Amino acid sequence: MGVGLIAYLIGTGVGVWGLNRTVNWAWDITNFVWWVGIGHAGTLISAILLLFRQRWRMSINRSAEAMTIFAVICAGMFPLMHMGRIWVAYWTLPLPNTFGPLWVNFNSPLLWDVFAISTYFSVSLGFWYTGLIPDFATVRDRQTIPFMKIIYRITSMGWKGGVKDWQRFEEVSLVLAGLSTPLVLSVHSVVSFDFATSVIPGWHTTIFPPYFVAGAIFSGFAMVLTLLLVMRKVLHLEDYITIYHVENMNKIIIVTGSIVGVAYITELFISWYSGVMYEQYAFINRATGPLAWSYWIMMSCNVISPQLFWIKKLRTNLVFTFFMSLVVNVGMWFERFVIIVTSLHRDFLPSAWTMFYPTYVDIGIFIGTLGIFFTLFLLFSRTFPVIAIAELKSILKISGEAQKKQQAEKAVEHSIH
Amino acid sequence: METPSKTLYGVYTDPDETVAAVRALRRDGVRIREVYCPFPVHGLDEAMGYKPTNISVSAFVFGATGCSLAALMIWYMNIHDWPMNIGGKPSFSFAENFPAFVPVLFESTVLLAAHGMIATFYFVTKLFPGFPPRNPDKRSTDDRFVMEIELADQSLSEKEIEELLQKTGATEINRA
Repeated sequence: MGVGLIAYLIGTGVGVWGLNRTVNWAWDITNFVWWVGIGHAGTLISAILLLFRQRWRMSINRSAEAMTIFAVICAGMFPLMHMGRIWVAYWTLPLPNTFGPLWVNFNSPLLWDVFAISTYFSVSLGFWYTGLIPDFATVRDRQTIPFMKIIYRITSMGWKGGVKDWQRFEEVSLVLAGLSTPLVLSVHSVVSFDFATSVIPGWHTTIFPPYFVAGAIFSGFAMVLTLLLVMRKVLHLEDYITIYHVENMNKIIIVTGSIVGVAYITELFISWYSGVMYEQYAFINRATGPLAWSYWIMMSCNVISPQLFWIKKLRTNLVFTFFMSLVVNVGMWFERFVIIVTSLHRDFLPSAWTMFYPTYVDIGIFIGTLGIFFTLFLLFSRTFPVIAIAELKSILKISGEAQKKQQAEKAVEHSIH
Repeated sequence: METPSKTLYGVYTDPDETVAAVRALRRDGVRIREVYCPFPVHGLDEAMGYKPTNISVSAFVFGATGCSLAALMIWYMNIHDWPMNIGGKPSFSFAENFPAFVPVLFESTVLLAAHGMIATFYFVTKLFPGFPPRNPDKRSTDDRFVMEIELADQSLSEKEIEELLQKTGATEINRA
């Protein structure tokens, strides 16, 4: 369905979306920001938690990174579609051309986005694949089906696991994590610059970069939970992805959810404090105007409901967590919708005020990207090592349950002798 | 009479035992060619006498290249070749427009540093799609640590090395 509607959109033009002259950005950019945000959790788990030496990340990082890549694929489609003429998408690249030569404008946040998203996507892909090589080798050496043997032989690229190889492997992982950390923070900051550098009331705020990054991590962790809770059940990974992991992720959701909440309230305060009529109106309109329902969905899903995770019983309850992860995803989608549409639909001139109504094409393409995302994730979990095998083995001796038992037995034995 | 073997493989099951074994064998003058491990064993590189890797230098070199290339590109396109005045914000000089160029400079630095480092890693560890697997024992990617010893040019005899392997906890000794 998504593919059909995208074809229809590209064939006909962006007019088939519900956009109008006043609301020139709506679902497309909402979806873009939402998907990019979801992607951030993967990098956060694999890079930032690696730098902080958080061992619990190991059993979730592989699938979280995969999620990042698939989410960024979904995200990248929206700006491309929004160009309307997708066949000239290469105009955004700094290529020599025959138009003058007319170069791209490096002062523009939209161009920064092109660089940020493409760098983010390709670096995440490289980081992820490099981490996969030793695990592909493990799968390769355990394969019995000849066809699969050939496939994994190609994907593992001849890995042998020598001492020097591992030494380099660890160094590469560490440096890539160090590079990805500022990268992931910069990507969503750049996304927020698309708004923050404009002069639209409700967008023109300096709080946007940190607030967008916190929101991104918030929604990303919710999506990781949505996927992992299903995956652990279906693939029987209960021993690897435990309640402990779920609880830790829920704690991060409380923290980032609270940061987001503080940001919302700060925005309200600053708009009042600024004394600018347009700025003040933008926020009054958000909370009480015709789209107030979306504002209150955002507030209740993102600020109020995550606070329930302060209760340990709820934070360790899988069904409740799954439900909350969906709530947070909905809330974060509405956050972007609120920021984009409510800031635009009542602009400076009341005569230009309009409403935004999505068309079936808007809705269909969004559902289509959800479909692409889940299909890719399903393919990944069918064919790839979903848990970082080698990394997990390296901590088995320290934290594995069986090993702990064995060591305890040994200690007892020693004390007897 | 069996033909004399060229290589000995000592198979271990425990990472700490492997490190201790490498230390012991090297102390007795045995030259170990390689230890194949299923995961990074800390301290094994040091026990093998390897220096810390300096592969991260490649990231710096590529990053610096990326940053300078991006600066050159931006300067050429927006300042030198075709300066534009968009939204009342003219492109006068690189220095004056510098703040607006930071994001692209940063992204280009990361782009080249990361990919350059990955490429360097693949190159020096000889990784390429389709290369045949080079671990001698398939279990070395699962849960075994395989020590490879070339018998040529050793000061100890085959028998002595074998005894050492057994003493340090090798569960089996294979030949090739």
